[in-house]
Amino acid sequence: MLSRRNPQLNSHGELIHLLSIEGLPRAVLTQILDTAGTFLSVNDRDVKKVPLLRGKSVFNLFFENSTRTRTTFEIAAKRLSADVINLDINKSSTAKGESLLDTIANLSAMHADMFVVRHSESGAPYLIAQHCAPHVHVVNAGDGRHAHPTQGLLDMYTIRHYKRDFTGLTVAIVGDIVHSRVARSDIHALTTLGVPEIRAVGPKTLVPGDLGAMGVRVCHDMAEGIRGADVIIMLRLQNERMSGAMLPSAGEFYKSYGLTPEKLALAKPDAIVMHPGPINRGVEIASSVADGTHSVILPQVTFGIAVRMAVMSTIAGNQA
Amino acid sequence: MLQLDAEALYADLRQGVRALLPPDAALVGIWSGGAWLAERLQRDLGLPGEPGVISSTLHRDDFASRGLAGSDPTLLPFAIDDRHIVLIDDVIYTGRTIRAVVNELFDFGRPASVTLAVLVDRGGRQLPVAAAYAAARISLPASQKLSLARADDGRFSFAVKEAG
Repeated sequence: MLSRRNPQLNSHGELIHLLSIEGLPRAVLTQILDTAGTFLSVNDRDVKKVPLLRGKSVFNLFFENSTRTRTTFEIAAKRLSADVINLDINKSSTAKGESLLDTIANLSAMHADMFVVRHSESGAPYLIAQHCAPHVHVVNAGDGRHAHPTQGLLDMYTIRHYKRDFTGLTVAIVGDIVHSRVARSDIHALTTLGVPEIRAVGPKTLVPGDLGAMGVRVCHDMAEGIRGADVIIMLRLQNERMSGAMLPSAGEFYKSYGLTPEKLALAKPDAIVMHPGPINRGVEIASSVADGTHSVILPQVTFGIAVRMAVMSTIAGNQA
Repeated sequence: MLQLDAEALYADLRQGVRALLPPDAALVGIWSGGAWLAERLQRDLGLPGEPGVISSTLHRDDFASRGLAGSDPTLLPFAIDDRHIVLIDDVIYTGRTIRAVVNELFDFGRPASVTLAVLVDRGGRQLPVAAAYAAARISLPASQKLSLARADDGRFSFAVKEAG
């Protein structure tokens, strides 16, 4: 019954694909975060590799550019002893007119065990998960404006690492929310994990109006949005996703919504500042904040590897 | 029904481990039952510091069929290079857990030696693995699962269950 409702879960309610955080029970999220803790300690060993995915082939299918996400997935798969094949699809089959499902069928014939998929179209990883062989697992590495579940999970890992507990927190997500699959995944995860106050902060043109229905408080005033926050998640201003004049200028945005030391002073004294990267210094965040004592932007990257190891080993160990 | 007095067996294990413990050896308990035993042995044998805890999760050979097993992570609060390591577990059965934790151990360095002491050897080995000391040797049908429990006051007991 669960599997009919949620294509990510098998009939025992176990995770077999990671496509979106939306609809995943709290226990599944918590288990991934706990498992990531184990993998983080693998970095401290003489041998920084475990054999869980030995003999498996992980195909990184990036239909859209990414350096950090692709690299951290590659490192994670290699630390699990998988063979990793990186395909820059932009430059190959698609350019020759092959359909997505034909590409997948061909890669499946090469005995793929897992696809890590980034695509500019929302829902592309779902389509692949529906059409691949039952033993193949799919991880969504970002689809359109829809979801970026491993980023959401690594953000949750980071918050839990520094704040221990979700249930008393105020979390402000600031910036270009309308284009952000990270914001959407974060909001679903924060809600599921019991964060009582989630704020979406940004100009009217960049904050979707329907967020109230998700239990999110919308703030168009930066001071109101980050006052008393425990966690501030800054988002990148996505120039490449902007069509039309949604903003007067980057400089204007920085003046109103850029995170400067003065604005950060409104948050709790022990607030942490997060960012999914890549950061635009002087556009959404001041250099002194990005490099400052509240910033946990680089630890996020390190945690991201452990979280992706946890996701890949969890789904690989569960049967469809 | 089989009755095993875990506390009496523990007293025997303590004597057995004392006898086989090389100087400067380190105890490493296999999560979870073995870790409880190692914790108490460390104290009762007057060994300095904390014992190690080791998990078989990342090296299990049944991962493909059973997935990731929940466990505390391995925590070795000392360097294991050139150290004599005494692994402690509650029950040895097929030997597969021991194979996995020995691999796990070697991810952290190269110990001088590794030996194994257990409360109960229930037979049924599927790998060439043996305990240097076992407080009891029994025979159980494969349908039964034997596991150690620890009460709030720290006392040990054994439970035999029909495997599900």
